[in-house]
Amino acid sequence: MFERISRASISQEKIVLLIAVLLFCVFSVSLKGFVSSGNLLTLLRSVSTLGILGIGMAFLVLGRGIDLAIVAIYSASAGWTLHLANGGVSIWLAMVLGYLLALTAGVLSGVLVAYVEIPALFATLGMAAFVFGFVRYALVPLYVVYMPASGASIAWIGGGFVFGVPVPILFFALIAVLGFLFLRFTKPGRFIYAIGDNFAAARISGAPVRPIIILQYAISATIAYLAGIITATAVSAMDTDVANSSMIYDIILVVVLGGIGLSGGRGGIRNVIVGTLLIGILLNGMTIMDIEYTLQNVIRSLILLIAIVIDSIINPRDEQIAQQGDI
Amino acid sequence: MKKRIFTALAAALTLSGMVGHAVAAGIDDPRRDDYYKTFTGKTVAFVPVAMGIDLTEGWASVLKQQADALGMKFEVRDPHFSADAGAQVITSLISEKPDVLIVHNPDVNSYAKLLKRAEEAGIHVIQVNMRSNYNSDVYVGADWIAIGEAETQAVVDKCGAGTSGKVAILEGVPTSGSDSGMRKGAEHILNKHPEIKLVSDQGADWDAAKAHTIVSTVIQQNPDLCGVVGFWDVMDLGAAAAIKDSGKQIVLVTSGGGEQMACDNVEKGVFQEEIEYNVMQQGRDLADMVAMVLEDGQPAGKQKVVIYSPQTRLTKDTLHQGACWSAKSLPK
Repeated sequence: MFERISRASISQEKIVLLIAVLLFCVFSVSLKGFVSSGNLLTLLRSVSTLGILGIGMAFLVLGRGIDLAIVAIYSASAGWTLHLANGGVSIWLAMVLGYLLALTAGVLSGVLVAYVEIPALFATLGMAAFVFGFVRYALVPLYVVYMPASGASIAWIGGGFVFGVPVPILFFALIAVLGFLFLRFTKPGRFIYAIGDNFAAARISGAPVRPIIILQYAISATIAYLAGIITATAVSAMDTDVANSSMIYDIILVVVLGGIGLSGGRGGIRNVIVGTLLIGILLNGMTIMDIEYTLQNVIRSLILLIAIVIDSIINPRDEQIAQQGDI
Repeated sequence: MKKRIFTALAAALTLSGMVGHAVAAGIDDPRRDDYYKTFTGKTVAFVPVAMGIDLTEGWASVLKQQADALGMKFEVRDPHFSADAGAQVITSLISEKPDVLIVHNPDVNSYAKLLKRAEEAGIHVIQVNMRSNYNSDVYVGADWIAIGEAETQAVVDKCGAGTSGKVAILEGVPTSGSDSGMRKGAEHILNKHPEIKLVSDQGADWDAAKAHTIVSTVIQQNPDLCGVVGFWDVMDLGAAAAIKDSGKQIVLVTSGGGEQMACDNVEKGVFQEEIEYNVMQQGRDLADMVAMVLEDGQPAGKQKVVIYSPQTRLTKDTLHQGACWSAKSLPK
């Protein structure tokens, strides 16, 4: 009984939120200019792409899946869009083609997981390597693709402002609201939770589990493409090699850190936002303090470990409800 | 009459002379056969950090043309940004024994011992642009310290009296061979200019998106920032975007391989200046050094040649047709 109460009252989400608030207070007092509206917007903007990709990943993790191909899809589809536009294809057609590439990759992952029944971990790991390899081999000859002059008409996506607020933040907010509404109020959204909670039960109760899995991957690929276009337009270039960077771990981190269990069925969009904010506050504060590169990595990993340790002390792993295959 | 005979004689002599000369015009070059014989059947192996970057594609293109023209075999082994894979490639190359091994080091340590072993096995090792701690036969590439000095000087010139004097340095990976050199060069200049205040010195992992985040935060913190010294043009596009977003006039000086993107952005005023090490010229230097080590005939590891690439200042004033090269127009 006591344990149940403590579980409800001090979840990992709250711990992470608490750490984020604490850091925020410390930085506000100790760092000049940290709380200025300009800096806070910079802070939010710097993590909005990460947050958007985190939401895409959350759609999978909530259903007890994972999408390791999300970064490959993000960089490859946006990179191909720029490459096509460089070759003279109109920017809008290039965007449609780039999106179709992303969607195809997502649906393929979904089919591999849902119908061929390959575990999501392996199917999407393979898909990540395939998408990157195929795009680099057949579609985009160089790693870094630059934005052509014809891209000026979409430059607002990553570089614009609405009433002083950078557009990427608005996209993050929009995706968060849409994601929340979808997961909370639509049938497929509820099915995702059902599948994440107990796949067999969801299936026996008549949930269309296989189409739903494909839908999840299609959604994450769509979100990945949007994030890719935001990055590409923000810095006028796309580096397709981020597919091989540690970015995928950062994304899993904001999802898991915020309190969405990898065993599925628990959490929501709010958790991703909390995880993203903590990372954003940390990065911004360390940049202002001008902390050395290597030390930044140490501090970042330490804070994350502390959050996980506190969680495992307050919410010890329960052998009875732990599921086989938990990561 | 006498004069006429004389003229005719002279004309006849000239003609015969010309004929004689025409016969002797085809002089053989005694060194020519040896020259080609030196190269025929030789193998040149190239281990870049990764293919698909403008730099490595540019060098490989020049080296391949040379190999094709001289009947050599040119092999590229791409370890794709992995120092481990690169070490394996070099290890297997040591047993395959190419005649020349061209290496683009990811950092100063990873390959140092392997390069020594390669030279002990009789393979000439040429290092390009990123050196290792082991000095092999030849180093061809940028003089990073000089580039760091030139970049910082260009920013200091614009951020003197009448400005805040606040300057930020944007590195890629501070432990890499290029960045540690440029940082040293920057220090040389900053030490001479105590009026310049270094407000930030951060690494952005060669990533434009990270560069964007760092530079926007630095500008928020120092709204009167005067200049940014960026260490690589591809990454510095992100810094440029952050400066543009801020709506402020901030000097951005960068360095890179002089691909068309650099000239375009200098022309647009995105970069105030780029210190360029021309990749096509570096490719030519590499090809010359391949010829040199093979012709010279000395065993591997005997020479210690350094060829620093000439550096050019690209500004709106110095831009001219052909100042940059285009990765798109490289021969396949």
